[in-house]
Amino acid sequence: MSDATRGEIQTIVAARMLEHARSVFIGVGRPSTAAILARMVHNPDLVLVYESGTIGAKPFHIPLSIGDGELAETADVVVSVPEMFNYWIGPGRIQVAFLGAAQVDRFGNLNSTVIGDYGHPKTRLPGAGGAPEIAASCEEVVVIAPHTKRTFVPKLDFCTTVGYGGGPGDRERLGFRGRGPIAVITDLGVLEPDAETDELTLTQIHDEVTATQVQEATGWELAVADEPVRTPPPTDVELAALRELMSR
Amino acid sequence: MAELMTLRDALASLVSDGDSVALEGFTHLIPFAAGHELLRQGRRELELIRMTPDILYDQMIGIGAARRLVFSYGGNPGVGSLHRFRDAIEHDWPRPIELDEHSHAGMANRYAAGAARLPFAVMRGYAGTDLARHANVRMVECPFTGERLAAVPALRPDVAVVHAQEADRDGNVQLWGIPGVQKEAVLAADRSLATVERIVERLEPRPGAVIIPGWVITAVAPAPGGSQPSYSLGITSRDNDFYRLWDEISRDRDRFAEWMDEHVLSATDPSLTGAA
Repeated sequence: MSDATRGEIQTIVAARMLEHARSVFIGVGRPSTAAILARMVHNPDLVLVYESGTIGAKPFHIPLSIGDGELAETADVVVSVPEMFNYWIGPGRIQVAFLGAAQVDRFGNLNSTVIGDYGHPKTRLPGAGGAPEIAASCEEVVVIAPHTKRTFVPKLDFCTTVGYGGGPGDRERLGFRGRGPIAVITDLGVLEPDAETDELTLTQIHDEVTATQVQEATGWELAVADEPVRTPPPTDVELAALRELMSR
Repeated sequence: MAELMTLRDALASLVSDGDSVALEGFTHLIPFAAGHELLRQGRRELELIRMTPDILYDQMIGIGAARRLVFSYGGNPGVGSLHRFRDAIEHDWPRPIELDEHSHAGMANRYAAGAARLPFAVMRGYAGTDLARHANVRMVECPFTGERLAAVPALRPDVAVVHAQEADRDGNVQLWGIPGVQKEAVLAADRSLATVERIVERLEPRPGAVIIPGWVITAVAPAPGGSQPSYSLGITSRDNDFYRLWDEISRDRDRFAEWMDEHVLSATDPSLTGAA
């Protein structure tokens, strides 16, 4: 029994996903924290790639922006934005991509553009950034999002980034090279696409959370695996490393 | 050869109301001093082009200088929303703004096509998204393989403005660290201005640096500290506290207007009139 917060557990579970990864594409916030943590405790050779063109960055501090000076100073190579998208992301050279979103639907499609109508939005969000092409081309996508009904919606207001589209066969039809979302990591558990239907299915539940709670925080009737795994609690090493990282 | 000018004179001669202007810099080397001087000169009806609008375009949009925004990510990196950008889109305040929205890959390729003086760029992207319906994108067939690909129109700004660490007296510009799309923006534009931290007698070549020869740049102007609160690697640091503070300042229309008036519109910056 640890005293880790749900946010800390989410970050630690995301870091575990990178234990055997070669490279990971990350934005700022929790994905970046998780990737730096993975380098600290699981996988020191992990190549961190930020959208700003820094490949192989080794930040000591958690960067506020994807372009903080420390990322450029510690990178193996720094490339221009056209090179980043055309030579590195497009051809699928980056293995895992961590993405966030304001809305996620049952097929792992993402909205980061608007809440409401595009022409007259209720809430204007930042927009696509690199997400559509990253999700199409990186080998695997991991979505990191807070688990609430506002985020996990039956229908997106705007499809910024395609996960599995409308279901099996859509990624192939659209010419995507990457596999698509292999996991959605939330502060309550982990959803993975069903092997046959591609529908996100609750396969892992964090400590002290019930499947009912996860369902209540999801805006559609959530598929649940026959025997969801209980998330192994954070180890002392993971939690101490995360807290030390956050305090830097 | 690029002409060495003051920032004030350079912008007065290069930018007119209604122009399409790309002030580039991807998190790093954002030309804040130049953007602020455009506001002091009262430029309006601009088509503002920039991959990541950031605080600078939040300020320019909030003042009402933009009629149109061409972009791919309008957030305050690591902090949250750009409130003036949101207010313009959600409530037409202080004026309605037209959007030409793309993905990063689309914008980067549009600049590259502009730099190459090609009419469009071809890429894998947009497929299956709602962005494809709102962005100016067409699907085309590869003449060799038959693959369906996205075509995006070239960007050809009237003026590109970039910030760099240094230039020599012939206007050759050297920048290092995160290079963004600055070279592409300069080569895509009809006219260009590079603001620099310092003028040096001779550029010392640095590994991985981008050199833009003076003969493809219209004007170079000294603007020490001109990328703050972003940064110029090796010379200034990113003011992350200000990026956080901007979230507060920009939330409220009145507080924003007061802040802009005090810190930008009525500010006198010695670098503006100093000898080039």
